[in-house]
Amino acid sequence: MYNLLYLLLRRMRTPLIVVILAYAISILGLVLIPGMDDQGNPWRMSFFHAFYFVSFMGSTIGFGEIPYPFTDPQRIWTTVAMYMTVISWLYAIGSLFSILQDPSFKRILAFTTFSREVKAMREPFYMVCGMGGAGKLVVSELAAHDIRSVVIDRDETKIQMLRLEELPIHVPGLAGDVTDTSTLLAAGLKKKQCQGVIALTGSDQTNLTIAITSKLLVPERTVICRAEDHDNQVNIASFGTDYIINPFDSFAKRFAMMFQSPSMYLVYEWMTSMHEAPLSEFAEPPRGTWVVCGYGRFGKAVQQSLSFKGIQTVIIEADPELTNAPEGAVIGRGTEAITLLEAGVEDAVGLIAGTDDDANNLSIIMTAKKINADLFIVARQNLSSNDILFTTVKADVTINPGRLIGQRVVDLITTPLLADFLRVAREQTEEWANVLVSRVVGVLTDRPPESWVITLSKKETPAIHELLMKGVEVTLCHLLTDPRDIAVSLPCVALYVKDIDHREKLLPEGDRRLHIGDQLLICGQPDAETHMRWTAHNLHALTYICKGKDSPCGSLWRRLDAREQASSNTPMVARDMQD
Amino acid sequence: MNLEKVFFAFFIVLALTLNFGFFIGDMDDPNHHNIYELFAALVVSLIATVMKFGDRAHIGAVLLATSLVADLQLIAAVIVWTMAVHASDAGLTPYILSSIVSLSGGALLANITSVVILVTETVMFRR
Repeated sequence: MYNLLYLLLRRMRTPLIVVILAYAISILGLVLIPGMDDQGNPWRMSFFHAFYFVSFMGSTIGFGEIPYPFTDPQRIWTTVAMYMTVISWLYAIGSLFSILQDPSFKRILAFTTFSREVKAMREPFYMVCGMGGAGKLVVSELAAHDIRSVVIDRDETKIQMLRLEELPIHVPGLAGDVTDTSTLLAAGLKKKQCQGVIALTGSDQTNLTIAITSKLLVPERTVICRAEDHDNQVNIASFGTDYIINPFDSFAKRFAMMFQSPSMYLVYEWMTSMHEAPLSEFAEPPRGTWVVCGYGRFGKAVQQSLSFKGIQTVIIEADPELTNAPEGAVIGRGTEAITLLEAGVEDAVGLIAGTDDDANNLSIIMTAKKINADLFIVARQNLSSNDILFTTVKADVTINPGRLIGQRVVDLITTPLLADFLRVAREQTEEWANVLVSRVVGVLTDRPPESWVITLSKKETPAIHELLMKGVEVTLCHLLTDPRDIAVSLPCVALYVKDIDHREKLLPEGDRRLHIGDQLLICGQPDAETHMRWTAHNLHALTYICKGKDSPCGSLWRRLDAREQASSNTPMVARDMQD
Repeated sequence: MNLEKVFFAFFIVLALTLNFGFFIGDMDDPNHHNIYELFAALVVSLIATVMKFGDRAHIGAVLLATSLVADLQLIAAVIVWTMAVHASDAGLTPYILSSIVSLSGGALLANITSVVILVTETVMFRR
C-alpha cells in the first residue's frame, strides 16, 4: 500500500500544483480588483470572500456574485478565473482517473492486495503455481477439504476465472511471472504457514525454476512438481524435489497393471478416483495387437509398458523423424480410415488415441470404431473442457493428464497414508487384490468408495483417547460399528494401519487393539466416515459400543447407576451377557 | 544542474522568506503584518509540499513532513484570521493578531528546519 500511495502522489504532483496556482491567482485577482458595495461605496473583497467565491466558481456550483454584485473589472477577471480554475480541476481529476486506470498501476494494486492477503493468512496453506486443468482441480479439491491455497499464474484471465469459481474458501490469486522470485516471495514462500509449493505449469522449464527457487530459499519446504520430460525429471529430482509427477509415466504404469493384475488396477482406481465420480464398470483389456496413434511422450510411455508385458503394438505417427518412431511405424495422423487400415485396425484388439490434440483423438476413435466396433479404446483427453465429448464417444479408458496430476497432488496432501498403502499393496499378489476387491464391493452401493484417514490422538479422537487412558480396551471392531445400532457394522473396510513406531499392517483384523498414534486408512461409503468420526468424538457413543448399553451421562444418574451396580453386581453381568 | 532541485529549493526558501516577512514586527501591531504576505506564504508553502509528494528518499520524506507542519500552522493562522474578521463581532483585536503571528512563527520554525535540511543535503551532495 505504501508503494501505491507514493506512486499516486508522485504522479499527482503537477496537477495539484496547477490547481493550487489557479486558485491562488484567481483569489489574489479578486482581492486586488476594486468593487462596489450596495450603497455605491468602494469596496474590496477580503481573502475569505474571494476564497469562498473561487471555491464555488471553480467547482462550477455557482452561487452568483456575492456579497455584492460585481463591477465590470471584477467580471472580466472572473471570466479569466473561471476558465483557469475549471480547466485546472478537469486536468487534475482527469489525471487521477488515468492513473487509476493505468495498467501498471492496476498491476501494482493487484500485487499489493495479493501480498497483503497472503501476509494475513494465519492457517496453513499451499502455493499452487499454474492454473491449468491440474491446478484448477487441486485448488478446488483443497478448498473442498478446507485447506487453503494461493494461486499464481502467468495468465490474467485464468486468475479472473478463479474469482468467478465460487470456491467455499477465499483463494488469493495473482497474475504474474511465476519464475520471478519476488512473485514467489509475495505468494508466501518464506511464510511458516506455507506447507508446500506445487508447480503445475505446462512447461517443464518453468516448473524446474519454481522448484529450484523454493529449494534454494527454503530447503525444508515440500515441493511437488509436474514434469513430462525424462531429462527434466532427472534434473528436478537432483536437487531434492519431494514429489515429481509425470502424468504419462503414471498412466503407462497403471495401464500395464491393467493387463497384469486387473483387481489391483481396480483397487488403485478406486483409491485415487475423483470425488463423486461415477463407479466405473471395469473392463479388462484384451490381449492381442494394439494400435497406438501418436508417438509422443504419451505414446512412447504406453508403448514401452505394453511391450514390457509382451503385447505387440503398431505405431501410427505423423512425423516419425521428429518423434524417433521405430521401424515399421505407419506414417499418418490416424484420423483417416486408410492409415488405420494400413496399421491393421481390423484385426487389432485395442486402439490408443494418444495425440496431443483432442479433435484428432476424437476423430481417430470415431473412424476406428466404424472399421472395427469391438476395439478396446483408450482415449487421451487433453482439455478438461472437452469432458462431454469424451463421455459421449464412450472410450473404455479415458486419460486426462491434467486430472491425473491434480488427483495425485490432492491425494499426497489430503491422504498421505494412501501413498504408503499403495506402495505396500503393489507388492501383494493378484489373489490378495481379489479378496480386497470383493470385500470393498460388499460394502458399496453405486457410488465409488471414499477413503479417509483417522489418526488416534487427543485432538482428533477425544473419546477413544479418554477410554484408552482409562485402560479400557478399544478394538478396531468397535470403531467400525454403527453408533446408532451396535448390531450393524458401518459400510467400510479398514485397509491399512500404521502405528506410532511406523509398523504397518494391511487389512488389519477386527480384534486389533487400538493405540494412541495409530493411523488408520479406511475406505467405504462416504457417510460411514461421518458416523465413525461421531463415535471417535462422542464418549457416550463409544461407551455404548464398547459396553453394549447406554451409560448415564448426568451426575445424578451416574451416581444412581453406580449404587445399583454395587448392590446388584452379579445380575448386571448376567444381563450384559444376555445382550 | 537539476531543474527539479532548483524549483524545489526556490519554493522552500521563498516560503521561509515570505513567512519571515509576515512574522517580523510587533506581535500585536496590525501595521506590521500584511495579509497578502500571509496569503503568499501559504500558497508557496502548499506548492513546496506538493513538490515533495512521492519522494521515497529519507530526506525527501523528512522535508515533506516539515513542510506539512508549516502548512498546518499557516492554515490555522488563516482560519483564526477569517473567524476573527468575518465570524465574530470583536474583529482583529491585538490578542487575536498576536495568536495569528505566533502560529506563523511556528510555521517559520518548520520552514527554517526545511531549509537547514535542504542545505545539509546540498552540502553532502558532492557532485
